[in-house]
Parts: sequence; C-alpha cells; structure tokens
Amino acid sequence: MFFNSLLTNFAALEVGQHLYWQIGNIRLHGQVFLTSWILLGALLVFISLGTKKMENDPKGLQNLLEFLWDYIRDLARTQIGEKVYRDWMPFIGTLFLFVFVSNWGGALIPWRLIKLPSGELGAPTADINTTIALALLVSLSYFYAGLSNKGWRYFEYYVHPTPIMLPFKILEDFTKPLSLSFRLFGNILADELVVGVLVFLVPLILPIPVMFLGLFTSAIQALIFATLAAYYIGEAVEEHH
Amino acid sequence: MLAFNFFGATEGGLFDINATLPLMAIQVVALTYILNSLFFKPVGNIVEKREKFVSDNIIEAKNKLSEVKKLEADLLTQLQSARTEAQRIVSEAENESDKLYKEALELANNEANASKEKARLEIESQTSAARDQLSKQADDLSELIVNRLILEK
Repeated sequence: MFFNSLLTNFAALEVGQHLYWQIGNIRLHGQVFLTSWILLGALLVFISLGTKKMENDPKGLQNLLEFLWDYIRDLARTQIGEKVYRDWMPFIGTLFLFVFVSNWGGALIPWRLIKLPSGELGAPTADINTTIALALLVSLSYFYAGLSNKGWRYFEYYVHPTPIMLPFKILEDFTKPLSLSFRLFGNILADELVVGVLVFLVPLILPIPVMFLGLFTSAIQALIFATLAAYYIGEAVEEHH
Repeated sequence: MLAFNFFGATEGGLFDINATLPLMAIQVVALTYILNSLFFKPVGNIVEKREKFVSDNIIEAKNKLSEVKKLEADLLTQLQSARTEAQRIVSEAENESDKLYKEALELANNEANASKEKARLEIESQTSAARDQLSKQADDLSELIVNRLILEK
C-alpha cells in the first residue's frame, strides 16, 4: 500500500507507533505520559512561580496568571451562566490549560531530537486516548452538573421543546464526546503530520508558515475544547421555562 | 516491571485505545484538583478581593459625590436666601433713609415756614405800628394846622 510504503520511507514519521509500557497486564502509551509529565511539570512550575508572592498590585507573572484566570472565568461565565460557573471554572480552566499546554508544547518543543526506541514524543493530545479521556470527563461532568443541579428534572432536557427531540438528544450524548475527542485528536495529529512531512521534504523555511498555522490551530483547538465543554455543562444546568 | 518493559514492543496504530485512557483521565482529574488549589483559588481570591475593593471604592466615591452635590445644593440655597436677605436689608435701609430724609426735609420746611411767618407778622406789626404813628403824627399835624388856622383868624 502506498501509505505503508510512505511510512516506511519516511522513517522520521512514525505514525501510529507507540512506546509501550507494561505494568502487570495493562499497557500504556509511554510517550504520551512522558510528554504530558514534562509539560504539566513546566505548567505547574510556571504557576507556582507566578502565585508564590501574590500582591494586590500584580507584577510580572502574577499579571499573566491573573489575565489567564480572567480569561477562563469569562469563558466559563458566558457559557455556563452566572449561577454555577464558579463550581466548574477549575475544570474548564484545567481542560483549557491542559489542551493548550499539550498542543503548544507538542508544536514548539523539538521532541524529535529525543530518540525513543519506538514511537516518538509529541503533543499528548495527538493520542486518541488522551482526547477520549478528556471528552469522557466532559460527558461525565455535564451529566453530573445537570443531575446535581436539577435532580431528575435534568431529563426534561431530553424532551425539551418537544418529545420528538428525545432520540436526537440521546444521540447527542454519544456524538458530543465523539466529536470533542476526534476534533482535537484530528487537528493536532494532522498538524504534526503536515509539519513532519514538510520538514522531511523541505527542511528549510517552507515549514515555518505551516508551523505558525499549527500554533494558531493549537490555540484555537484548546479554546474550542474548553468552550464546548463549558457550553455542554451550561446546557445541562440551564433552566427551561 | 516498568523498567523491564520500558522498551516495549511496537504495535497498535492511531486508534490503539488502552489503559492510557483511564490513567490520563485520572491524571487530568488530579490536575484539576492541583490547579484548583494552586492556581484558581488563590488567584481568584486575590482578583475578587481587588474587584471588591475597587467596586467598594467606586460605591464610596459615588456616595461621597452625591453628598457633595447635596451640600453644594444646600450651600446654593443658603447663598440664595442670604442674597435675598441682603437685598431686603438694603432696601429697608434705603426706605429708612428716605423716610428720615423726608422727615428732616419736612421739619426744615416747617421751621422755615414758621420763621417766615414770624417775620411776616413782625413786619406787619411794625408796618401797622409805623402806620399808626404816621397817622397820629398826621392827626397831630392836622390839628396843629387847624389850631393855627383858627388862631390866625
């Protein structure tokens, strides 16, 4: 097959290969955890530095963190609503930060310089496991948000304007995590592949615009993911009249 | 075990779903709690404290401003009443002085009239006295003439 020969020819591009870790009889994608630990470690260090000495007149990193906080609050507040956005802001913010840091870390850090025996390091969000995990967390969250806020009345949402909507709303519960996970996965993986192929073909200059486009896509995907997650939660806690 | 299998076999593909999924989910949940206590809570506290501070100050400033406006209006009405009072006093004083002037004028006029009258009366009496004397002298003279005429006869 052409694709397979492409894969073998482009030794630099190892699509669908993983660094397996075996613990007992469970198998893990080691490269995903390695990059996510590095990136999340960097994020946590960054945040600890910024929040170490908090003052009423923000300086330096604290300014940036406050801007970030404000941004996330606005996102959560506009999508979820004034009443319960506080409960969900950390979750939405974590999703945003995790996806953003993963995407940008995958795009900005030259992971390929680090040789692994199998697979290669890259954005954790370019692995389907990560995105499905995030999407399922979002699903659980909006169910929990709806049930904890409205009790059984949450299920009124399924027949909301008319009971005809019932099958579509049930279908939505499956399509929501599916679209969330595949959108993120596809975008980030595609970006990595395009950059990888271009770097392989034309190592100079030409990949740079695509890399910038990748950074743009990465940021947008993080925003989309967090916004949609917040929107789903907002939809679940919304009161119908 | 981990170290042993670190360089594990390569297999799978793009859609190889395995235990990475639940572990990643747990990792994200843990990250949520860590970020909540490390980032969202402290930054939220300080930002909301500042927002409260700012809004409190704005409210206070607004209250003060309205108080100032009230005081200003008060002062304005006071000023107005003081002005009308001053005007009243001035006009009163003017009336008073006018009255005094008129009184003084009248008094002077009366005095002048009285002295004029007195003088007139005096002149009149002197005139009549002079006339009496004159007529008496004329009588004396006429008697003298008559006597002399009679004696010559």
